[in-house]
Amino acid sequence: MRALRAGAPQLLAFLAVLLADRLVAPQFLAMHWQDGRLFGSLVDVFNRGAPVALLSLGMVLVVATGGIDLSVGAVMAIAGAVAASLADSQPLPVVLAAALATGLVCGLWNGLLVAVLRIQPIVATLILMVAGRGIAQLITEGRIITFASADLAFLGGGALLGVPMPVVLVFGMLLVTLALVRGTALGLMIEATGGNARASALAGIDTRAVTLAVYAWSGLCAALAGVVAAADILGADANNAGLWLELDAILAVVVAGSSLLGGRFSLWLAVLGAFLIQAMNTGILLSGLPPELNLVVKAAVVLAVLLLQSPRLAGLSLLLRSPR
Amino acid sequence: MSDTPLLSVRGLSKSFAGHQALAGVDFTLRRGEIHALLGENGAGKSTFIKTVTGIVRRDAGEVRLDGVPIAPRSAEESARAGIATVYQEVGLLPNLTVAQNLFLGREPTRFGLVRGRAMRQRASERLAEFGLAIEVGAPLGSFPVAVQHLVAIARAVDLSAQALILDEPTASLDTHEVTVLFGVMRRLAERGIGIVFVTHFLEQVYAITDRITVLRNGRLVTERETAQFPRLDLVRTMLGRDLAEEEARAETGPRAERTAGPPVLRAEKLGKAGYLQPVDLSVAGGEVVGLAGLLGSGRTETARLLFGAERPDQGRILLDGKPVRIAGPRDALKHRLGYCPEERKTDGIVADLTVRENIVLALQARQGPFRPLGRAAQDRIARDFIAKLDIRPPDPERPIGLLSGGNQQKALLARWLATEPRLLILDEPTRGIDVGAHAEIIRLIRSLCEAGLALLVISSELEEIVTYSDRVIVMRDRAQVAELADGAIDVTAILRAIAAEAPRTAPACQPEPA
Amino acid sequence: MRESVSIKALLVGAMLAWGGAAQAASLTVGFSQIGSESGWRAAETTVTKAEAKKRGITVKIADAQQKQENQIKAIRSFVAQGVDGILLAPVVATGWDAVLKEARDAKIPVILLDRDIDPSGKDLYLTAVTSDSVEEGRVAGHWLAKTVGEKPCNVVELQGTVGASVATNRKKGFDAAIAPHANLKLVRSQTGDFTRAKGKEVMESFIKAEGGHAICAVYAHNDDMMVGAIQAMKEAGLKPGKEILTVSIDAVPDIFKAIAAGEANATVELTPDMAGPAFDALKAYKEKGTVPPKWIQTESKLYTAADEPLKVYESKKGLGY
Repeated sequence: MRALRAGAPQLLAFLAVLLADRLVAPQFLAMHWQDGRLFGSLVDVFNRGAPVALLSLGMVLVVATGGIDLSVGAVMAIAGAVAASLADSQPLPVVLAAALATGLVCGLWNGLLVAVLRIQPIVATLILMVAGRGIAQLITEGRIITFASADLAFLGGGALLGVPMPVVLVFGMLLVTLALVRGTALGLMIEATGGNARASALAGIDTRAVTLAVYAWSGLCAALAGVVAAADILGADANNAGLWLELDAILAVVVAGSSLLGGRFSLWLAVLGAFLIQAMNTGILLSGLPPELNLVVKAAVVLAVLLLQSPRLAGLSLLLRSPR
Repeated sequence: MSDTPLLSVRGLSKSFAGHQALAGVDFTLRRGEIHALLGENGAGKSTFIKTVTGIVRRDAGEVRLDGVPIAPRSAEESARAGIATVYQEVGLLPNLTVAQNLFLGREPTRFGLVRGRAMRQRASERLAEFGLAIEVGAPLGSFPVAVQHLVAIARAVDLSAQALILDEPTASLDTHEVTVLFGVMRRLAERGIGIVFVTHFLEQVYAITDRITVLRNGRLVTERETAQFPRLDLVRTMLGRDLAEEEARAETGPRAERTAGPPVLRAEKLGKAGYLQPVDLSVAGGEVVGLAGLLGSGRTETARLLFGAERPDQGRILLDGKPVRIAGPRDALKHRLGYCPEERKTDGIVADLTVRENIVLALQARQGPFRPLGRAAQDRIARDFIAKLDIRPPDPERPIGLLSGGNQQKALLARWLATEPRLLILDEPTRGIDVGAHAEIIRLIRSLCEAGLALLVISSELEEIVTYSDRVIVMRDRAQVAELADGAIDVTAILRAIAAEAPRTAPACQPEPA
Repeated sequence: MRESVSIKALLVGAMLAWGGAAQAASLTVGFSQIGSESGWRAAETTVTKAEAKKRGITVKIADAQQKQENQIKAIRSFVAQGVDGILLAPVVATGWDAVLKEARDAKIPVILLDRDIDPSGKDLYLTAVTSDSVEEGRVAGHWLAKTVGEKPCNVVELQGTVGASVATNRKKGFDAAIAPHANLKLVRSQTGDFTRAKGKEVMESFIKAEGGHAICAVYAHNDDMMVGAIQAMKEAGLKPGKEILTVSIDAVPDIFKAIAAGEANATVELTPDMAGPAFDALKAYKEKGTVPPKWIQTESKLYTAADEPLKVYESKKGLGY
């Protein structure tokens, strides 16, 4: 109940965007059953929003520690390339394990740079953002690696009880992440570290391990997103998979009301933020407006959503401005 | 030249969000005078400098330079008017050359182009006046801090400064560098420039200044000629002994006699090069040991070494007579030590989190992330301590940043008490909190002590230390200088120990021949 | 420094001109390639090597990794080495004058591949071998008009990246080709950023917005987007290639698989063989002094199910697409 109240602005904004979508496309809410799965624009919103939603699950934790992970898009490309290149020769568990392990290693690398070597997060993750896509291209040799494995394809195009698999994976991952951070004291430690790292360390929190853990988790989430993206197009496109999605993930987290300075976070609001962004994208596609307007419309809607939260933003800026 | 003082400040006031940082301060700087501006943390020195130079807008009062009222709105404007400030962290651009720094924003030009050679030529001349013969074409950052300071001063003087404010210029300089700096200061004073000198080193105050102004709690306490101001009086004035005395007496009363058991914690020759000279101390259960000394004397440094917040490079720590390794706060926590740091906002509270979360933080940290305290347990602990310590408002779900300083302090105490510590280190537990909370915290210290806890308390409030301490360790210049016990503990004894002439008088600090 | 380089280059150039006939038997050509940002680019590099080998030409390839300064460096080094000719696939249209003058001073002909440069430099290169992307769109449009015939047909378009000249031109050519046919109506046009994922997402939205059975044909500015769109159609229960006609551009191997499976209808080739015509022009110029036209246009060939798609797939598979 409390969480619902805290997320009211985001929920309202999401409903408003859905309403706007319904206005530009009368068939927006229509849904029917086809080939054992739900079919409709609203389903597309969740299905297409899945990769960014997965990214935002990791990103929101990183942002809560006061960091940022620019490499998630590139990690998606790497994990997708790994999955696609193994898909036709290995069973699905091996493919998944390899892709997720790759993401975890990428995340640990970021965490190492930030937590141990104390490089600023934006710089540290920029390294993998740039190099990662190159690594992915090395794996794919610059081509789009296609695969025929129906098992892997199922993760992108399949459905469970009518719900598209990517959506199932998002909610599965949301539950796992919730259990991991809210079922333990990790969530508190992440918020404390992001709120005041010095004080947290003096209170005995292993802020280094906390930081390492959130980047590792972000890498893992990004890898899963990469697998979903590859499974969706039945191939790994190292040049384009996850391109600029790190920015959408950061936007989702901001829309979720997290401060980029660190501190409080909400997992489900971050996921909601990702779906909100996708609802916007889908609405633009359905509207039939010329593509030259896409980015302008998107910017205007984002601005509107952020203004919706403005009382909170105003409160935050007041706090920041008050003398120390 | 004339009777008009160079810089005359009258009734300067400034408050931040209801807190009166400066209350009607008067200050007079004469030509050719070196004038020390002294006071403990929070006395209002920085606010004074910032308000006079226009970085912060004043609420009331008047600043006259040469008899003319001025109201600069930035450091830049102030410098142009004739008051320049050089801060501890130089504030120049280390990647530019010395000459570029010296003439930044007013480079000699011809047809709109910077005349590099002319600029370097002039820079060399200017610096020669300061006894500096350095390659002015080299980046400023390649020189030692002392040289950077001199360049900053040269720039300030060159910007037609008549009054020069030096904010802790000597904090990071070695003895020789201090000598050079003092030489420059004297030469500038001879040229009629007035210098305001802010420092924590009393030796230096007596070595170079003509006059002393002491601020305390945003008020002017006294202004006297240095030669007429005995060291003991100065320390007393800075610490505001007389005011607090009666209050503390009234609130506390005589202390019950206690017999301390064997020491819980012993530190033997604990120290770190360049940080703290080796310290020996021990604290027993049911005993309060006070750590006294001026700001920067090594009190906080001792606490941080004990708690593992800083790694010692010599000596050892024994708990119950057994040597232990404390490599970080987490080890300290495991050994049931607790530490309430001095800087509550930066080192203590996590402002966004609730009172409950702040209270359980250390206990949860000791248990590790995978043995979470249930919500019910957290609520119980939080409510328990809120009631016991009378934290107000008694709402465990309120972000702690919204509480008053005193209540934040109590919540931090609760954080450590929740871990059931054996030794608690309190660094300035009563700083910046109101009178009521002040008395409560002192009562609390006593009751904790009676409950058998070992306490190490750091405070600038000497009366406080005297009332609750069984023993007092006095620090000066990052070294332990005295230990007082039993009957020997009184304010005067502590003051004497603090103010005693340092045995090793630095050559730079020889009094100037008149 | 630069002077001495160009003097040396001049000397080398003069020596080469003098001994031209003797050298003609085996030419050495430098190729400044943009990079390997796409499968097509990789295929171009592979084909260039193959075409050079076929003609007994030694080709030195420098990968510029999308940076003009790397290309300029590569050209300078080719000039200094005294190659017989330089192939340049320019990453941008401007900023080539200085380095091309150095090459001209050294009497080394430069041939542009795949992309043109801005007009001020026209006299600085021998010829440009490029495809005509307006023509590609036109070929796609003509095929569609011919295939549909007289019946009404709603067409949806997947554009390339907004603002990319290739996208603008492919749209222009297609629009011009279908304009005379009132029965062909372009009902939706959105950008799919040239990628599979976006192609799929945009096609999904087209299907929802128009209703899958109301769409008669899809035109995509590249094959990758079409591959994504085909997936979207299949997932929506539609039959691409049968219920919905498809035509796209590039002729990458994967589209031939789809054509073979009856899920796609046509593709217009953007040939990766730009170097072949370039080598021929260079040889003719070196050996007989024939000055080629300023623009050698490659063929925009249309492929359909009638062109043995599987065979084409096999032949293209190994090119590095």
